[in-house]
Amino acid sequence: MTETVKISAQHLNFYYGDAQAIFDVSLDFKPCQVTALIGPSGCGKSTFLRCLNRMNDLIPISRVNGKILLDNENIYDQSVDVVMLRRRVGMVFQKPNPFPKTIFENAAYGLRVNGVRDKAFIEHRVEESLKKAAIWDEVKDRLNESALGLSGGQQQRLCIARALAVEPEVVLMDEPASALDPIATQKIEDLIHELKESYTIIIVTHSMQQAARVSDMTAFFYIGKLIEVGETDTLFTRPRLKQTEDYITGRFG
Amino acid sequence: MAKHLQRELENIKKRILSLGALVEDRVRLAVKSIKSRNTSEAEQIINLDHEIDEIEVEIEEECLKILALHQPVAVDLRFLVAVIKINNDLERIADEAVNIAYRVKTIAKNKDCNFIFDYTMMAEKAKTMLRMSLDSLVHLDTDMAMKVCLMDDEVDAFCSRAYEQLKESIRQMPDKVGILINMFLVSRHLERIGDHATNIAEEVIYLTEGEIIRHGNF
Amino acid sequence: MNENLEMTYNEELPETEPVAVKEIVKKKNIIQESFKRVHARRRLTQGILFTIFRIAAMINGIGLAVIVFFMVKNGWRAITWEFLSQVPTDSMTKGGILPCIIGTLSLSIGAIAVSLPIGVASAIYLNEYARPGKFLRIVRLGISNLAGVPSVVFGLFGLAFFVIWLKMGESILAGSLTLGALTLPVIIGSTEEALKAVPNTYREASLGLGATKWQTIYRVVLPAATPGILTGAILGISRAAGETAPIMFTAAVFFTPNLPTSVFDKIMALPYHIYVLATAGTDIELTRPLQYGTALVLIALVLGMNTIAIIWRARLRKRLK
Repeated sequence: MTETVKISAQHLNFYYGDAQAIFDVSLDFKPCQVTALIGPSGCGKSTFLRCLNRMNDLIPISRVNGKILLDNENIYDQSVDVVMLRRRVGMVFQKPNPFPKTIFENAAYGLRVNGVRDKAFIEHRVEESLKKAAIWDEVKDRLNESALGLSGGQQQRLCIARALAVEPEVVLMDEPASALDPIATQKIEDLIHELKESYTIIIVTHSMQQAARVSDMTAFFYIGKLIEVGETDTLFTRPRLKQTEDYITGRFG
Repeated sequence: MAKHLQRELENIKKRILSLGALVEDRVRLAVKSIKSRNTSEAEQIINLDHEIDEIEVEIEEECLKILALHQPVAVDLRFLVAVIKINNDLERIADEAVNIAYRVKTIAKNKDCNFIFDYTMMAEKAKTMLRMSLDSLVHLDTDMAMKVCLMDDEVDAFCSRAYEQLKESIRQMPDKVGILINMFLVSRHLERIGDHATNIAEEVIYLTEGEIIRHGNF
Repeated sequence: MNENLEMTYNEELPETEPVAVKEIVKKKNIIQESFKRVHARRRLTQGILFTIFRIAAMINGIGLAVIVFFMVKNGWRAITWEFLSQVPTDSMTKGGILPCIIGTLSLSIGAIAVSLPIGVASAIYLNEYARPGKFLRIVRLGISNLAGVPSVVFGLFGLAFFVIWLKMGESILAGSLTLGALTLPVIIGSTEEALKAVPNTYREASLGLGATKWQTIYRVVLPAATPGILTGAILGISRAAGETAPIMFTAAVFFTPNLPTSVFDKIMALPYHIYVLATAGTDIELTRPLQYGTALVLIALVLGMNTIAIIWRARLRKRLK
């Protein structure tokens, strides 16, 4: 059974100093599926997401209890190289954050820091990932212009291309469309649909409609606990728990 | 935003329930007219049917509006879907009451024919089924809804008996065949009312439990 | 069963009471009236304060203009090609200030060469690597105190440490090191500000792609912070070029006939030259125009270095946009 789980959290507890933010969360993510994490503000879903690629290590007072298994290996093990982990588990952030470099250099950044020198290979990967991110046609003639000159939606797709260039296995998205207008949001959602054929995607979203449109599985978090997880169509037509139903129908939160 | 949706849903619930009351009234009148063979009562049912059609259209449009504007999920979504279907069933029940009125008018023309079949029990049963199904909607009582589904068998049994009896009567009085066929049709309309009431009950179960139990799978 | 859907036939929607409406209207009137009352007074206060602020800002510009005007008025006559390219003669009453120009330039460049690398490296450590704790606080305390040390104390320190103890003698090297120590807090401060101004999202994005911390700093943070670092360098150079006390004991001499050929040479410097001419020269009144001329050259030199750095920074900023 474990062969069909790509990444999973097992009894994960997370602390900011003395304050506990995640309480005993166990959650499996199957490969090539989109899982949405929903819940009211401050329920710990972003914190949980950042545990999956150990981004929370950057916070000095953070502490983790429990395991996160990527392909059955605990990523919090002493012997694990965090830098390598982050290549396998990529991340796209809420606010588009391309580097103040050219579009080409943005997409190539991940390859360069991982030591790739072959110019032809880099050019090929850059084109490939810009195509995968559905932005190639818009930027192919201005690869040497600054990335900061793109619109918000384009910048976010560039960030997705940047993350894809290093061939991750899992892509984490923290509210990727929340800073974008509806048309750009639509493009990102379409992109997620295409990407899910090759990548395992975990997306945190505030919009329940977005979770309903985009994901195969949905997990509902509340104050650091995992309340309910299930297939999206079931969760949104007949959720098992009343708390879940109250949240998704807007009776609270 | 959720408050607005809740208000709209409560509004719809009120309207479907008052449509239910209206339709119940029609059925009651139709059943009365079977016994009394009062053509003026039958006329009333026929003339006022357009009211019910109009209300049915209004309710359906209101539901579509809520679906488009609020994109409800889970129980709210199931509620709206149930309302749309119950709306439809209620209008059909009203149509069956009109059909009964037409039959009564035809039967009443022939003054000297006695009612061979006593429709009282069957009519009462059908009326009760409608009442109970609407009650189960008000209280979201699945047990009551289940009972309605079971009662449908009894009404079907009544219909079969009517068929047998009227077959016999036709053999005995072949010249009254027109009237007799009309009388049989009354039992068919009552049986249809029972079916629609059963549908309403099934909708209520879906709404409450999220389980679709149509077509007798329970 | 979902209790929250239960309802009876008779529930009605709540209606707005007429009393509540009157309350709202009354409140609106109060606000409107008090607004009318204070409106004129508020505008007057605002106008007065803005005028005061504008005057304060103008004083800056006026001050600079006055200084430059004064210098130009009194010293322009001394500026000749000879002045700029010859060594002084006749006990400094004639000739030029070439050695001073060269001396000040080399001291400034030397000071930056010392303080920029050390300062940037310290700032990187403090901002990117250091963990909050006692050690960090002590280091920061040290830096801010260093910024407050009087320049003459730096000079004595330079004398005792570089000139005497390390046996460098009075030299460009000792002067540069002393001036470097002086400009260090400035560089550290402005570099740290520049580093802090780089949004954390860049660091996160870089680390998220599998870069190490150093790669992130080298490839993303430093390039983004360079304009700010240059600002600090500008400030540092200006300060180094104009300081007199630190170089009095460590590098500058009243007169040396030769131009410097190695870092161990003593040199003349513009600010020291002005000081000497104005206080202990052989003929103060006669050399007055030369003093102003030297001051003018010093100002021009500092402004010139600033301008180069500002242009460089502007081009960098444009590239980053």
